[in-house]
Amino acid sequence: MTDFINALVVLTNFILVPALTYGSQLALGALGVTLVYGVLRFSNFAHGEMMAFGTMITIFGTWGLQALGVSIAPLPTALLALPLGIAGAVILSLIFDKTVYKYHRQRKASPVIFLIVSIGLMFFIGGLVRFIIGPGDQIFFDGTRFIFSARDFKRSTGLDEGLALKMTQAVTIITAILVVAAMFWFLNKTRTGKSMRAFSDNENLALLSGINPDRVVMITWILVGALATIAGTLYGLDKSFKPFSFMQLLLPIFAAAIVGGVGNPLGAIAGGYVIAFSEIAVTFAYKKVVTYLGPDSFQPDSLVQLLGTDYKIAVSFIILVIVLIVRPTGIFSGKTL
Amino acid sequence: MTGGYGAADILKECTIGVDRGEIAVIVGPNGAGKSTAMKATFGMLPLREGHVMFDGEDITHLKPEERVVKGMGFVPQTHNVFTSMTVEENLEMGAFIREDDIADSIEQVYELFPILKEKRRQPAGELSGGQRQQVAVGRAMMTQPKVLLLDEPTAGVSPIVMDELFDRIIEIARTGVAILMVEQNAKQALEIADKGYVLVQGSNRFTDTGEALLANPDVRRSFLGG
Repeated sequence: MTDFINALVVLTNFILVPALTYGSQLALGALGVTLVYGVLRFSNFAHGEMMAFGTMITIFGTWGLQALGVSIAPLPTALLALPLGIAGAVILSLIFDKTVYKYHRQRKASPVIFLIVSIGLMFFIGGLVRFIIGPGDQIFFDGTRFIFSARDFKRSTGLDEGLALKMTQAVTIITAILVVAAMFWFLNKTRTGKSMRAFSDNENLALLSGINPDRVVMITWILVGALATIAGTLYGLDKSFKPFSFMQLLLPIFAAAIVGGVGNPLGAIAGGYVIAFSEIAVTFAYKKVVTYLGPDSFQPDSLVQLLGTDYKIAVSFIILVIVLIVRPTGIFSGKTL
Repeated sequence: MTGGYGAADILKECTIGVDRGEIAVIVGPNGAGKSTAMKATFGMLPLREGHVMFDGEDITHLKPEERVVKGMGFVPQTHNVFTSMTVEENLEMGAFIREDDIADSIEQVYELFPILKEKRRQPAGELSGGQRQQVAVGRAMMTQPKVLLLDEPTAGVSPIVMDELFDRIIEIARTGVAILMVEQNAKQALEIADKGYVLVQGSNRFTDTGEALLANPDVRRSFLGG
């Protein structure tokens, strides 16, 4: 029996908690991608770099607050600096919309043009971020590191295996729940949110109903900027902030949005967790679990690992391809908010 | 009205009109410009010549959205509901330009179409064709329009549902709303029409009361199948 519980603890510690954390980060990122797709009808490749930009501003805010001696320990100071980062990302998004996207919108450019334009902006923002903060690693996490550590857990339960919960993991999961709840409340209960869904559903009919398209577009960018910053900051707190990592994050984020059904917010969230759980579960070494669950004195020689962690990114690629072949509309048939 | 999408005019000196509480029906063969004529009155077609008058005011240069504010309601032939939104949300979106309380209007639409009240929480995309048309008409009613433009409201619905829809349209007209509609089911539509326009190649061929058109041997022979 203790063996079984030990195995469970290992799985929780190395798969469940990390996947929930990573999944929450992906879900928030995918939610931003899906909003742009639903309302503005293009795949926004610049989203990953927008996450980096918002996070960078948040880091500056964090440093400023730290210099002033402000702290909300045990929580990381970055949470306090989030509004600044959000403001930065929103302003940059709105500037890009006015100077770049608006022109193509007025010419009713095809989604492919928008996609290519967004790739251009992706490189631009990426360059801007590396120019300002540098390509190196930035660790901006402060506050308490663990809510409970593996050692505490072992001592209080008497088990052989430890279960740790990092502050960043708890903060990520709780923030994600709050943000997603607020997002759904906004989309489903407020007049403005409903008008966004209406616009996403049937643009012509929305215009006939007197819904102002410029306003819908503006609100979309505000939401997307906020979501990008929150997702990026949570990711940066949990891992570390490295500008290049956000470009790599783009693939699992798009995979999440497409797997869930692009344009569907619920799908984006489900997709985020599907991708995160698969990536972690497929690359986890199950040796310990097998040892606990197998017959006595049975010990596998290998690590019992399906794929090396180097292939993590490949997992989202494979899921993406499978979904596109088997069910191209995603788990929740997407298209509209 | 004279105008078209490209160089060639689709409408040629076409005249249509409707008064308060009246039902006017545009009929004619395929490609006669029926829907185009209606779109022209709603500002979705650039006019080369002619005017659109509303309540004694020239609205020729207003955009469709602005005409909605003035008191025109338009129900397109297809894609006329928000499929992913519930029936009630569809009605709310119909009233988007209104700042006042819309609860009464929603209640009125439910009185007119009781089935919608039952299905108020269901996404409009899950409803049957006839129910969807009711949502579409209800959505347009939410702005409390003075003129309601219906583009083939009975397209693709069964004859029973069609009769039912026509009954509702008569009821709406009785409340003082002017109704202009394009109909494929010419015979039934002319039966309820106060005014009928028979368009051929973008011009008025016959204009009369619905009854008179039905009785007119020329109209019967060419458009109503004897």
